Amino acid sequence: MGDIVTIVLKRLGLGLITLLVISVIIFGAVELLPGDIAQAVLGQGATEDNLAALRTELGLDRAAPVRYFEWLFNAIQGDFGKSLISKTPVSEAIGTRFGNTLFLAVYAALIAVPVAIFLGVVVALFRNSVFDRVANVLTLTSISSPEFFLGYVLILFIAVKGGFFPAIAKIDDDMSLLDKLDRTFLPALTMVLVVVAHMMRMTRASIINLLASPYVEMARLKGVPAWKVIVKHTLPNAWAPVINVVALNLAYLVTGVVLVEVVFVYPGIGQLLVDAVTKRDFPVVQACCLIFAATFILLNLAADVGSILTNPRLRHPK
Amino acid sequence: MSNSSKQEFKELLTRDAKSGKLGRRDFMRFAVAAGMSVPLASGLWTSEVAAATPKKGGNFRVGVHDVNTSDTFDPGTYQSVGMIQLAHTHRSYLTEITPENGLGPDMADSWSATPDAKVWTFELNKNATFHNGKKFTAADAIASLNHHRGEKSTSAAKALLTTVTDIKAKGDHTIVIELNQGFADLPWVMTDYHLVIVPAKADGTADWEGGVGAGPYAITSHKPGISTLLKRHSGWHREGAYFDEIEMLGLNDPNARQTALITGDVDAITSVDLKTVALLGRNPNIEVDNVPSGSAITLPMFCDVAPFNNVDVRLALKNAIDRNDIVEKIMFGTATPGNDYHVSPGMPYAPTDIPQRVYDPDKAKFHLKKAGMSSLKVSLSAADSILPGAVDMCVLYSEHAKKAGIQIDVKREANDGYWSDVWLKKPWTFVKWGARPTPDNMFTLAYKDDAPWNESHWQNKRFNELLLQAKAELDDTRRAAQYREMCMLARDDGGTVIPIFVNFVYARNKKVQHGPSLASSWELDGGRGYHRWWFA
Repeated sequence: MGDIVTIVLKRLGLGLITLLVISVIIFGAVELLPGDIAQAVLGQGATEDNLAALRTELGLDRAAPVRYFEWLFNAIQGDFGKSLISKTPVSEAIGTRFGNTLFLAVYAALIAVPVAIFLGVVVALFRNSVFDRVANVLTLTSISSPEFFLGYVLILFIAVKGGFFPAIAKIDDDMSLLDKLDRTFLPALTMVLVVVAHMMRMTRASIINLLASPYVEMARLKGVPAWKVIVKHTLPNAWAPVINVVALNLAYLVTGVVLVEVVFVYPGIGQLLVDAVTKRDFPVVQACCLIFAATFILLNLAADVGSILTNPRLRHPK
Repeated sequence: MSNSSKQEFKELLTRDAKSGKLGRRDFMRFAVAAGMSVPLASGLWTSEVAAATPKKGGNFRVGVHDVNTSDTFDPGTYQSVGMIQLAHTHRSYLTEITPENGLGPDMADSWSATPDAKVWTFELNKNATFHNGKKFTAADAIASLNHHRGEKSTSAAKALLTTVTDIKAKGDHTIVIELNQGFADLPWVMTDYHLVIVPAKADGTADWEGGVGAGPYAITSHKPGISTLLKRHSGWHREGAYFDEIEMLGLNDPNARQTALITGDVDAITSVDLKTVALLGRNPNIEVDNVPSGSAITLPMFCDVAPFNNVDVRLALKNAIDRNDIVEKIMFGTATPGNDYHVSPGMPYAPTDIPQRVYDPDKAKFHLKKAGMSSLKVSLSAADSILPGAVDMCVLYSEHAKKAGIQIDVKREANDGYWSDVWLKKPWTFVKWGARPTPDNMFTLAYKDDAPWNESHWQNKRFNELLLQAKAELDDTRRAAQYREMCMLARDDGGTVIPIFVNFVYARNKKVQHGPSLASSWELDGGRGYHRWWFA
C-alpha cells in the first residue's frame, strides 16, 4: 500500500509542474492571438484614444513577462485574479458554472458508464451475433456524429415532435434536483451517446481477449455457464484497460462539452471559456484551462491507481 | 358597395377603432351599416381592435442573441445586442426613436436650441425616478453624459460628444449643453444606445456599476451570459410597460432560439436564422417581423490607392453588382437594396427621388473603358463573423462582375481581429454598420474627410462643405436638400459600394401583440418592445 501512496505523491508533484508549463503556454497563446482585450471590448467602436485609455486602466501597457509573473505570484497564493472585463473575481465567475459542468458530467457518467460496461459484457457474450453487430453499428454511428448534430436530432425528435423533455437546459440554483435532472436530460443523453461506444468496445475487446486464455478454458471445461465465465472470471482481469478508457471519457465529459452547452444553452464552463477567449480575458481563460488540465491529470492518476488496485498481482507484489 | 370599397371601408374602420377614434358601439353601427353582419362585425372587433388595445400583465420571456459572459453595465462599453436590448429595458435615454422612426421624449420632455444650434436646452421630466427610489434630476443627466467625455473616458461613444464643450444644470430639471459648433441633430444623438441615464454619485461621476436605472423595468437578477430577470418599475414616468415581468434569456445558438420559440419556452426571439425563416413563418402560432433597418453593408474602397483612385473604376464596380440577386440569394428576401449612399429609407431626411442603381454590366464596361482599362483585377476581404454569408455575398458579387470583365478575388479573413487588422487596413473590405439615427451622424463618422473611420479615404470638398452647413441648419427643407446633394455625391463620386441594408428579422408568439409600426433602430421595436408590446 505504501507504494501506491508514493506513486500518488510523485504523480501529483509532476502534475503541478505540468500545470505550470500549461499556464505558460496558455499565456503565450492568448498573447499571440491577434488583437487584445481593449480592441475586443471596444470592437468597431475603438479609436486610438480610448484604446490607450482602456489599456492603461487594465495595466496592459506593461511588458508580457511582468504581467505573467504578477499573475503567477498571486495564483500561487490562491488568488487567481479578477476578470479583466466584468471585474469580478475569477473564482466567482467560474464557481457556479463549473458546478453546473460537473453536475452534467456526473449525470452523464452515471448513465454512460454502467450502460457501456453492461453492453460491453453482453456483446462479448453474444459476440458476432446480430445483437453484437447492431450494438456496434449504433454506438459507432453515435460516436462518429458531431455532438451538435446529435443534440439537434434529439431536440427535433424528443423535444419538438415528442414533447417529452425541454429543449433548453436552463437551470438555476433554486431548482429541485428532480427538475434539474428533467431539464438536463437531453444534453446528458447527447453526451452519453458520444462516450458510450468507446467504453463499450474497450470492454468487449478486453473480455474477448481474455476469453482465449487457458484459465477461461478451464472454467468452461468444469461447466461454468457462459455469463458467469465472463462476469466472475474474465471481467476482474479486464478492468485495467477499461478503467483507463473510462477515465479518459470522464475527462472528456468535463472538458469536451462546449458544443453541447451551446446547443442546449446550458450555463457551463465551456461557454464561459469561449467568451473569455474571444474577449482575450486572460485570467478567466487561464483559470478555465487549468481546471481542464487538472481534471485530466487527476483522472489519469485515478485510472492508474484504479488499475493497480484491481490487479491482484500489482496489489500483492512478492 | 363594391367588394373592394367594402374592404377599404373595413380597413378604415378598423384603423380608426385601433387608434381609439371609434368606440365599440360606433364601430358596430358603422360596420353593420356598411353591410357587415352583426357576428362578423363583432368578430372583427374582437380579433382586430380588442387585440390591438394593450392589456396589462404576464411574464414576457425573450430569447436574446449575442449575450456574453463578458457583458457589463458600463454604458461606455455597450457593444453586444444583449446589452443594447437590456439597456433599453432597465435604463432610459433623454430622447427616444418612436415606432414611426421619429424622435420622441423619454427622460427629457422637450428641447430647444439657439438659432445657430450651438446651445441646446433640455427640459427634464419631473416625475421620473430611479429604481432605488431616487428622484431624477439634472445632476444625474450631467453625470451620465460626462461618463462619455473627457481625457480618461474609455467610452466608445466619446466621438459622438467631442464637440460638446460644457454641460450645465439650470435648476433641478433643466440642462444646457454647449457646443463649439452648430449641431442640429443633438436630440437625435441622445438616442444613441450608449447614452443611458444613470444616477449620479456624490462626486458627480456616473453610478453605473449596480445596474440601477430609470427605465420601465428594474433588474431583480442578472447572470451575465445566462439570463436577466426584471419586474415593472412602479415609478416609471411614462405610458406602457404592460408586462408584469420580463425574462431575458441568452440564447446564442440560432437553432436553440427557434426551438425555444416553437416549444413555447420563450414568447419572442431577437433574431431568426434567415435560411429557415420561411419554414418558421409557416408555423401557425408564430409571427415573423421583417423590419427594414438602417444597418448597412458597405464595401469601402480606398480612394487614394490604385486602381480605386479612378472614379470610373469605382463606378464600374458599383454598376457590376446585382443587388436584387444578393437580396434574394444571400439574404432570403430580408434586406433592402442599397443605392451607394449611406442613408437608409427609414432615416430622417432620406431622399426619395434618387434613381435606384441597377445591375448593368455594359455600363460597368463603359466606365472601365473610360478609365483606360479592358479588364480589372481586384481583391475584396470579408469574414463571416461580420455577417453570416458575408463571404458568399462577395463570391456572388464576383460572379456578377465577371460579366463586365472584372475579376474580384474574394479573400476570407480570420474572424478574430477583423476590426483591428483588416478594416481600415486593406484597400477593399466588407463592413457592417449598425443603424445610426441621422445622416449627419453616419456621414460624420465614416465619410467626413478627416474622420478616423473614413473607411474609403474619400475626399470631396463640396461634400464636406455641405456636411458642415447641414450640421447647423435648423430649417428642415433646406437641410433635406443639402442631404440629397450629399447622397448624390456619395453615390456618383464616393468610394463605397453599398449592396444592401439588412433587415431586422425577429419572431414572436402570436399572443404577443404590438402597434401598427415598428422602430427600425434595433431588434424588437428598437429594443423597446419590452415596454411597448403586450399579451393579447
